[in-house]
Amino acid sequence: MVEIRWHSRAGQGAVTGAKGLGSVVATTGKQVQAYALYGSAKRGAAMNAYNRIDDEPITNQETKMYPDYVFVIDPALAFTDDITKNDKPDTQYIITTHLSKEELISQIPALQDKADRVHVVDCMQISLDTIGRAMPNTPILGAFMKISKMYDLDFFLENMKKVLSKFPQKIIDANMEAITRAYNEVK
Amino acid sequence: MAKEFELNEVEVWDGNYAASQALRQAQVDVVAAYPITPSTPIVEGYGSYVANGYIDGEFVMVESEHGAMSGCVGAAAAGGRVATATSSQGFALMVEVLYQASGMRLPIVLTVVNRALASPLNVRGDHSDMYLGRDSGWIQIDAFDSQEAYDLPLCAFRIGEHLDVRLPVMVHQDGFTTSHKAQNVYPLKDDVAYKFVGDYVPVDEMLDFTRPVTHGAQTEEDWHFEHKAKQHKALMDAPKVIDEVFAEFKKLTGREYKRVETYMMEDAEVALVLLGSSVETAVLAAKQLREEEGIKVGIVSPRCFRPFPYDLIREALDVPTLKAVCCMDKSAPGGAMGALFNEVSAAAYSTNARPMITNYIYGLGGRDFAVDEAKRIMKEQKAHADAGHITTNIQQFSGLRGPKLGFYETRRS
Repeated sequence: MVEIRWHSRAGQGAVTGAKGLGSVVATTGKQVQAYALYGSAKRGAAMNAYNRIDDEPITNQETKMYPDYVFVIDPALAFTDDITKNDKPDTQYIITTHLSKEELISQIPALQDKADRVHVVDCMQISLDTIGRAMPNTPILGAFMKISKMYDLDFFLENMKKVLSKFPQKIIDANMEAITRAYNEVK
Repeated sequence: MAKEFELNEVEVWDGNYAASQALRQAQVDVVAAYPITPSTPIVEGYGSYVANGYIDGEFVMVESEHGAMSGCVGAAAAGGRVATATSSQGFALMVEVLYQASGMRLPIVLTVVNRALASPLNVRGDHSDMYLGRDSGWIQIDAFDSQEAYDLPLCAFRIGEHLDVRLPVMVHQDGFTTSHKAQNVYPLKDDVAYKFVGDYVPVDEMLDFTRPVTHGAQTEEDWHFEHKAKQHKALMDAPKVIDEVFAEFKKLTGREYKRVETYMMEDAEVALVLLGSSVETAVLAAKQLREEEGIKVGIVSPRCFRPFPYDLIREALDVPTLKAVCCMDKSAPGGAMGALFNEVSAAAYSTNARPMITNYIYGLGGRDFAVDEAKRIMKEQKAHADAGHITTNIQQFSGLRGPKLGFYETRRS
């Protein structure tokens, strides 16, 4: 079982991202869950989304999880959310920030003994450059592919295209570029 | 003629989308709806299928949930296949008309996305609305995950419309936990699903002008009792058809549903009885506890909440090894023991095993039901079994903050 917790703001596409990841993973014969804790949250409010991935059918319907990966897709939430909540000794962190890894860790006490498990990538800048607006949900998945080695980048891009197929070609292309850049730039 | 919808062998759908696809495949003629969180996407989906030519049907916009169910009653009496969706306060506003629908024997399908009832206002899932429908004369079937939220509405049309039943059917799923959680779903192809559901067979339809009929007549003490008794008998006789439809669905899909689902009860010493998505979490906890500590835990769930499966609950709990059972109610009991506790206790009373039974109130307003908490409750039942008597209050509260709350002690020693 792989468990992922997203830290996001409502409107940044964490739910779409989590469902997109789930859709890609399901095509490979695995079982997935993608869900969020939002309810009456308004745009801009801090919220969590979640993924579970396993080879067997997933029957755990508990919301809380002990994540293997934590995605922080809004830069400020690394400072204000409890991003290390319920973590494990091997939990990996992928954090959107314009700061270097050292600068970020020096400002967040909870990450200071986890430096080897913290990865940074500027999904905000990447999505502004490619998609044209701050939409960090798809680039973070590119970074995740690099860190987790779950699938080859090409395989992931091909399947992600199908997930995004209802969008205009221009948007699909921009997302592919964003995913590729985050894959290459995550540190 | 409606267009075919392209589906993959495996889709990643949440419970709402799954239910809306089932309504589409059943080619529902009329949906009258007043959307409410968390069930909104079900009727929203139906509306978009109509607009895009995937359904030859009609979406009727109304001014309230009372109007929504009234519209459904009218359309069903006219002779169409009818469905809608609601939750919580919307369900509460529908209640008056729910009794009309069942009394008029109209096989409407209502997909209920379970949500807490105010006050305080809360959009998250518990079973308050499902419990509110208990005495309304509808068949109530409970889905535990999004695959089931797709499968069970298909079965519901078959069950409700069957000429030996002709009763409305609710299909429940848990708000957010199921309705907004995407999981692998294996849908049927459109033609296969429609063939399973079958063409709608109208009975005494008002649009048959060659044979005028009256619906919703008034009866006083001369006939009311006979009508209500007949309606009750129809509910009590429905299990035969429910079992047949489930058997046929299994033949088609390999997915098996029973009016009472049981897990690991063969040698169980303790058991949990509960409803909804928590069943899956409890089964996981029971498996882990068997492995970790050797405690023989089983799980029982009345998938068919109404008609209450008195016979099968009794069968499930008549296990010689069974000593302690905990019934878990996800609805504020309002000055009583939980409803599931009361009904299961009544059924278990006439078994030979006659286990000790306790009651937990849990999960109100969407409070998370954790694997660790399920295990703690199971271990507590084991402590009752070892002591030979109930060692706690009979009614307790799981996951509640503040001072420990409990009511009533056992008089059995």
